[in-house]
Amino acid sequence: MGDSVSDPTPDRPLLTVENLRVRFRMPTRMVEAVRGISFTVGREKLGIVGESGSGKSMTARALLRLVPPPGEVSADRLRFADVDLLAAGARTLRDIRGRRISMVLQDPKFSLNPVMTVGRQVAEAYRAHRASRGEARHRALEMLRAVRIRDPERVYHAYPHELSGGMGQRIMIAMMLIPDPDLLIADEPTSALDVTVQMQVLAVLDDLVSRRGMGLIFISHDLDLVASFCDRVLVMYGGRIVETVDAANLHAARHPYTRGLLAAAPRLDRIGSELPVLKRDPAWLTGEDPAP
Amino acid sequence: MIEVNGLDVRFGRGAKAVHAVRGVSFTVGSRETFGIVGESGSGKSTVLRAISGLLREWTGVIAIDGKRQRASRAKAFYKLAQMVFQDPFGSLHPRHTVDRLLSEPIAIHGLGNADRRIARALDEVGLGPEFRFRYPHQLSGGQRQRIAIARSLILEPKILLLDEPTSALDVSIQAEILNLLMRVRAEHGLTCVLVSHNLAVVAHLCDRLAVMNAGRIVEEMTVDRLRTGMSAEPYTRQLLRASQGYDRRAVETFETFA
Repeated sequence: MGDSVSDPTPDRPLLTVENLRVRFRMPTRMVEAVRGISFTVGREKLGIVGESGSGKSMTARALLRLVPPPGEVSADRLRFADVDLLAAGARTLRDIRGRRISMVLQDPKFSLNPVMTVGRQVAEAYRAHRASRGEARHRALEMLRAVRIRDPERVYHAYPHELSGGMGQRIMIAMMLIPDPDLLIADEPTSALDVTVQMQVLAVLDDLVSRRGMGLIFISHDLDLVASFCDRVLVMYGGRIVETVDAANLHAARHPYTRGLLAAAPRLDRIGSELPVLKRDPAWLTGEDPAP
Repeated sequence: MIEVNGLDVRFGRGAKAVHAVRGVSFTVGSRETFGIVGESGSGKSTVLRAISGLLREWTGVIAIDGKRQRASRAKAFYKLAQMVFQDPFGSLHPRHTVDRLLSEPIAIHGLGNADRRIARALDEVGLGPEFRFRYPHQLSGGQRQRIAIARSLILEPKILLLDEPTSALDVSIQAEILNLLMRVRAEHGLTCVLVSHNLAVVAHLCDRLAVMNAGRIVEEMTVDRLRTGMSAEPYTRQLLRASQGYDRRAVETFETFA
């Protein structure tokens, strides 16, 4: 539950990130995936948007200290509730991952155990939290229902390869929500789903934020989706945050990159023969642009 | 140019048989672009694969340029109709250079002038001669899709079958590829069928479209009617609503259509 956070002041952010950097030291050069970004997350839906290579996924991994070698993470501050994530040891991090901060990735094919039935995997998440076998099964079925799986009994006994991608993703979300995390990091969680299923999964996440007071970092390439779903949006380009806007005002964004992305997407309410193509300005990489 | 009548596709046999396409009919006029939208499993790609000859187990009528097609196609068919797939990583041979990828169809069809044709095809999709001896992994996703389009155009077909051609691309790259498709379509006078889950992409490229669900065409309509929300079918209206962003209250009204 949200009240498990030992932080009684609701207006203090759940997560504080200051000057976060992720670097990969390659034999011939240094690749900077994230270049000194700062932001906070409260009990809200924070969107991070950007195209492939913008550093949005690497940011998510860095928060949980899951950047693979030779990646190096540094920051001036990386604080989750009362824990300093930079100073935390392996044990503390293990306790936080999954239990207090959960993560859902895009492709369930690589996240689910292929040789274990779905039900056992979901129930295992409850068993890890000391529920009895029967109780775990009962709550697993309930959770499958909560993520709008139509026939939970059948799905419980199915193996991951027998299910569609949409089903697999909802199961992943169900598993991640079982420990009742304070913060959920969702990296393109609905990009592989059909649009109606996508909206239903978003409604599940939405309710968790509004009812349990969970914080959500929602990473996506889809600006229009983020604008309609999130409260606040960070726009990333080349490892930097080029703009932070209230989701409701995304369409009034001022940075040329954000505006370029919005203009490049075909829209049902806009007839046009030629789509405006994004012209990338090298200044966006250094922050010397006149953006607000 | 393309006539499909009572198309039926079944996969597997007995109790496990899947009736993927159920009595699909539509026609596409010369130089027209027809869209097929639907969610995964709706049968939209299967229809395209039957038209292109990639899929051989179907019943019904498929006529191209006035000629009724059988399951297997003669070589001449592929000079008339070419296909572009969603994932250019999967559709380009990883160990073949761009030069070899593009020269293969020329050799198969005995066209000659390979050198000039390749240079022209690359130019047409906006890639310089420096790309000619690169391998697919040395190209970005957008560049790979440009090569796939160049390969489909090199035989100078009249019909282009497009299966989610921009779904794997970033939105800024998608814009470039959509612009390219519109330009080559006009220059070559192409007839196209575009399959996509993205209503806005279909509306951008097409004149008319069919909405598919569970193997059937739910509704056929003009893009103008789609844009103004004048759909007669609840399924189309729900798809349209879901495509226009997140709306908590709208989600409550979503139904399951079988």
